Amino acid sequence: MSDALAGLYQQVILDHAKARTGDRELPGADAEHYERNPTCGDEITVRVVMEPGTDTIRELAWQGDGCSISMASASVLADIAPGLTLAELAERTEAFRGMMRSKGAGEPDEDLLGDAVAFQGVSKFVMRVKCAMLSWVAAEACSTQLVAKVR
Amino acid sequence: MISTSSSSVGSLSRYRADFPGLQPEVNGEPLAYLDSGATAQRPSAVLDVERRFLETTNAAVHRGAHTLAALATEAYEEARETVARFVGARSSDEIVWTSNATDALNLVAYGMGNATLGRGGPEASRFVLAPGDEILVTEAEHHANLVPWQELAARTGATFRYVPVHDDGTWSIDDAAAALTDRTRVFAFAHVSNVTGHVAPVAELAELAHGVGALVVLDACQSAPHRALDLVGLGVDFAAFSAHKMLGPTGIGVLWGREELLDALPPFRTGGSMITTVTMESSSFLPSPARFEAGTQPVSQSIALAEAVRYLERVGLEAIDEHEARLGQRLVDELGALPGVRVVGPASGVARAGLASFDVAGVHAHDVGQFLDAQGIAVRVGHHCAQPLHRRLGLTATTRASTYLYSTDDEIDRLVQGVSEVRAYFGAE
Ligand SMILES: Cc1ncc(COP(=O)(O)O)c(C=O)c1O
Repeated sequence: MSDALAGLYQQVILDHAKARTGDRELPGADAEHYERNPTCGDEITVRVVMEPGTDTIRELAWQGDGCSISMASASVLADIAPGLTLAELAERTEAFRGMMRSKGAGEPDEDLLGDAVAFQGVSKFVMRVKCAMLSWVAAEACSTQLVAKVR
Repeated sequence: MISTSSSSVGSLSRYRADFPGLQPEVNGEPLAYLDSGATAQRPSAVLDVERRFLETTNAAVHRGAHTLAALATEAYEEARETVARFVGARSSDEIVWTSNATDALNLVAYGMGNATLGRGGPEASRFVLAPGDEILVTEAEHHANLVPWQELAARTGATFRYVPVHDDGTWSIDDAAAALTDRTRVFAFAHVSNVTGHVAPVAELAELAHGVGALVVLDACQSAPHRALDLVGLGVDFAAFSAHKMLGPTGIGVLWGREELLDALPPFRTGGSMITTVTMESSSFLPSPARFEAGTQPVSQSIALAEAVRYLERVGLEAIDEHEARLGQRLVDELGALPGVRVVGPASGVARAGLASFDVAGVHAHDVGQFLDAQGIAVRVGHHCAQPLHRRLGLTATTRASTYLYSTDDEIDRLVQGVSEVRAYFGAE
């Protein structure tokens, strides 16, 4: 198989696309957001539960339908999010977005992004960047709701 | 599983060299362009004619007194005659240039909406819609032949209805007969489905629809490029298609309509080039086709489209149809034989155009397309602008391979081989 394809479909991505973290309902969620990519039909609902009285995420879960990139990205996000404050999630979202806009260049911060660095290769495939961003954009909208609530 | 080649195969492959767009390698692999249903590659003849026109004859048409303007106007109107002959129109006045098929369908829908608003005088009364009147489409339509009608119904109070499809995405003349009522004012459907490849029995359907007094609007996007069309003979009232799917340029499409209907239909877009008299109180309009061609016209595009038509005629529409029908059967037979692959649309042996959309169990269409792209195989993935159809099929997206006259058996071999490897790669077996 071509190197280009292997660069896109890192083993981490293929694994997450199959054995998905956080792919379930989340009763009693403090925030919920549905996001859709109209060009390919991928869709996702991200839900977040907070540690009571804090701005720390207890759990992030999602339900959706889409390609392996969008599903794996959501799975990685659900792995990373618990224990992060909303500000820390925002920081990681910005780092992830920066990586996705890098068109394959740039050195992603593995300490910050963990498994999500596997998506570096996706940034070379402009048509797939939106797939990788889908769950992160939905999580960002959840954060916005939560910040508004706290205020 | 490799089917035996018929005699026509070799005869069309010699045309491949005419298409510069088919030459480049993609990802170090020779390109297998199986996305002609989205847009076709263009032969050098078409590219050259447009360039030569722009280098020697470029001018705005139907205005100006200089030599170039006269030559350009002549070429522009000759192009119309070429397309008129190609689709069996009674006269070139029945050919309206639009920007694409979507625009052509909107032209009819908005024209009817304008008639309903009282524009167009008594001649336009045949287009007036009242609450209780029905607009009928099918569940398989491309959004271009669905949303404009849905919106027209919403604007006029007419009822939007559809012919439901079967589990394979096809529909029959009986289904249409059951959905047509004496309140049906418009029946709009695709000659060939861009998702299933299903071929509608147009003449019979038109007769049925006329029996209840409905106007018949044909989406000919996936038929005009691939088979000989005789629109008058088919008995429809309007038909729409796009140049870019038939070896021509983007930016130009065609609305064909029966002349008396076009002359009665109120204009959609208004402005320059389509009027007879303008005062500060009101304006009056030219007859068809000019009344629908507001603004500066797509001149070089029309000339390129006419060359595309001549190219298709040189190859021969019957040979193209036969070649693609055979490739279409190969697609349904050989993709359908792969474990976990579901081809939608007509079963093997039933008439189908040279295209097939399919689902690969456990692998999203986007990943299928990406996997094939890495082998140089260009296919389309997604809902192909037919969300209701996909919803009915229980799918959010499919992968579509679509052929044209330049498609080869080798490309189908490579596609089938590639698809056979997809599930293992994504661990979906
Ligand atoms: C069946 C059908 N109808 C309508 C269209 C719309 O064509 P265009 O986008 O050129 O207006 C297409 C092509 O996308 C099509 O395949």
